[in-house]
Amino acid sequence: MLLEKIAEPNEESRLPLTISKQESRLYMSFMYVAFISLFIGGMMGLLQTLVRSGTITLPWGIDYYQVLTLHGVILALVLTTYFIIGFQFSLMGKTVGISQKQHKAAWLSFWVMVVGTIMTAITILLGKANVLYTFYAPLKAHPAFYIGLALVIIGSWIAGIVNFRQLYVWKKKHPGEKSPLLAFMVTINMLMWIIASIGVAVAVIVQFIPWSLGYAETINVLVSRTLFWYFGHPLVYFWLLPAYMAWYAIIPKIIGGKLFSDSLARLAFILLLFFSIPVGFHHQLTEPGIDPTWKFIQVVLTFMVVIPSLMTAFSIFATFEITGRRKGFKGLYGWFKHLPWKDVRFLAPMIGMLAFIPGGAGGIINASHQMNAVVHNTIWVTGHFHITAATTVVLTFFGITYWLIPHLTGRTLTKSINRLGIIQAIIWTVGMTIMSGAMHIQGLLGGPRRSSYSEYGGTEQASEWIWYQIAQAVGGSILFIGILLMVFIFIKLTFFAPKGEEEFPIAEEEEDATPTPMFLENWKLWIAITIALILFAYTIPFVDIIQNSPPGSPPFDWPIGNS
Amino acid sequence: MHLHKYEKIWLTFGIGSLVIFLVVLAFGAFWQGTHPQSHGVTIDPENIEANDAFKPENLGITKVSDDKYIVNIVATAFNYNLGVDEEGKPVKDIRIPKGSTVLFQVTTKDVVHGFNVAGTNINMMVEPGYISSYETVLDNTGEFTIVCNEYCGVGHHLMFATVEVYE
Repeated sequence: MLLEKIAEPNEESRLPLTISKQESRLYMSFMYVAFISLFIGGMMGLLQTLVRSGTITLPWGIDYYQVLTLHGVILALVLTTYFIIGFQFSLMGKTVGISQKQHKAAWLSFWVMVVGTIMTAITILLGKANVLYTFYAPLKAHPAFYIGLALVIIGSWIAGIVNFRQLYVWKKKHPGEKSPLLAFMVTINMLMWIIASIGVAVAVIVQFIPWSLGYAETINVLVSRTLFWYFGHPLVYFWLLPAYMAWYAIIPKIIGGKLFSDSLARLAFILLLFFSIPVGFHHQLTEPGIDPTWKFIQVVLTFMVVIPSLMTAFSIFATFEITGRRKGFKGLYGWFKHLPWKDVRFLAPMIGMLAFIPGGAGGIINASHQMNAVVHNTIWVTGHFHITAATTVVLTFFGITYWLIPHLTGRTLTKSINRLGIIQAIIWTVGMTIMSGAMHIQGLLGGPRRSSYSEYGGTEQASEWIWYQIAQAVGGSILFIGILLMVFIFIKLTFFAPKGEEEFPIAEEEEDATPTPMFLENWKLWIAITIALILFAYTIPFVDIIQNSPPGSPPFDWPIGNS
Repeated sequence: MHLHKYEKIWLTFGIGSLVIFLVVLAFGAFWQGTHPQSHGVTIDPENIEANDAFKPENLGITKVSDDKYIVNIVATAFNYNLGVDEEGKPVKDIRIPKGSTVLFQVTTKDVVHGFNVAGTNINMMVEPGYISSYETVLDNTGEFTIVCNEYCGVGHHLMFATVEVYE
């Protein structure tokens, strides 16, 4: 290919930067919130599985759906967002650096998010927002719930803008050089996040807040749902992309190898940016008000992510094989057998990657237009995102935790903590296999998601479902032990592990790697294509939804126990 | 950009499979009419009786012809209204002979609900302002639980009914 090549970076800028104590405090603050959330959210998860198994009822008038709302909000929105933003800040700090001004803005993002999180949490704890994390209208929560959510989103935007600024300043200082791979990836993820969360922010600020405060009498339900799912699918990619960052650019270093291909990694991220957003209808396939042809078009766009996913799978396993063969392991599978299975920094994310094989297959079923009707809103879906988000993503995040936390706190990952980590990963795998497996099967039998314990009038089907719900409680209890162990490991790595220097692993390119083509840094083009795809996928159906709208809905608060 | 030979093979195979898969989905949807339900029929949620199907006397099961039935249902938190029987008691179970063609029409007066005849493909979102409908042939006998599978409030798990398909 005849392409302009980017100048080779000079020696000095190639060295990873050092993270100062002051920066560490910032990054750790995000991690504290993330792990407190893991503990609280996990406990709520345990309670749900126990209630659903019919073994306990909640004391003190606590409602199942209050616990479920807390579980969803605190794990899907709080844990993930804080961990990702903290992790991404550390990646940027390590690869392109952070200025004093940016540092201050980053703290602002943290505090805006914290204020929002506390507002939302209090509303939920007072039982004023039993609307689950999807807060579908016309169920009406207390306005503070929506205002809190809006603040969390706005805080995350500040973080994204700081990240953009960090890369921009670095590029000014390093003209003609390609941006560091991890900084490139963080920028893609935050671009996607901001473009996508504009949808939910519009829904919350324009629709929900005035309506919940009584300034607007009715709400357009389908518009609010469409805006939510315009955001809701990229949300899961916002969780997944940081895991991909670790798989592409960190794991190779941990196993003693090099980057497979810098340009392929960038191309995969660009494709993920394109095809994460114009796809929300595949969450709305069984809804009555959306034109089925446009549903199908978005299904096709959804499946385009298969391409970067296949590229990712190839790259990662190619890295494993190349590294193993270079170390001299022979035979067809020698390289696989000799991967560093006893290093938790590798093992936990590796289990995550393997979980993504059934996870991805389940996702194909969910998104495939007709087959969706078999599983839509059954507990299969819950099983699906527990094997993807709560296994693939979360185990990779745990894998990151083992080196990131000691690196930030000036401690080391000792052999004994490593061993605890391996036990943690195994407990997680066992618990999740049981829980998610039972959810998948029960879903195929028609068992609904998001439902408290019920015998459904004693039907035969319901009596079959209960056995799977008991299995989920067993799996859920094992997972809770895993959470306790992980929180213990986090505390140990933060406060008690021996002082020392833990490596921040960033994979390097091969000496003879082919240079990355210049066009991959063409941000304006990538943003333009992303927006063009969104406009293509949404303009006509959205106009159609608005033009054919039924009368709006007034707020309903009595169904959630308020009035 | 350099692509490894094996990666080219892998991607060609993968993308090829994807294309075949999408063609199969499109064939099913556009030629065989297996689109998920989407009729875009609207209704005023505060005045559903303006639509004949949801007048109290038309709720529940109605025999249209020999093996054709219509089932009209109004969902509210936390109940499916399937009409009343001769004694004026609310109907909770409907019985349909095997092999019948049945049109389910559901709407809601309040919040969003789900409508799933568990273990079948009859699975619809029910949203205020719209009529959800699905026509199918009931081929398998047995008792099926109708469950609300979209969260509608604190009594969500108490919202159910049954369909019995008999020989």
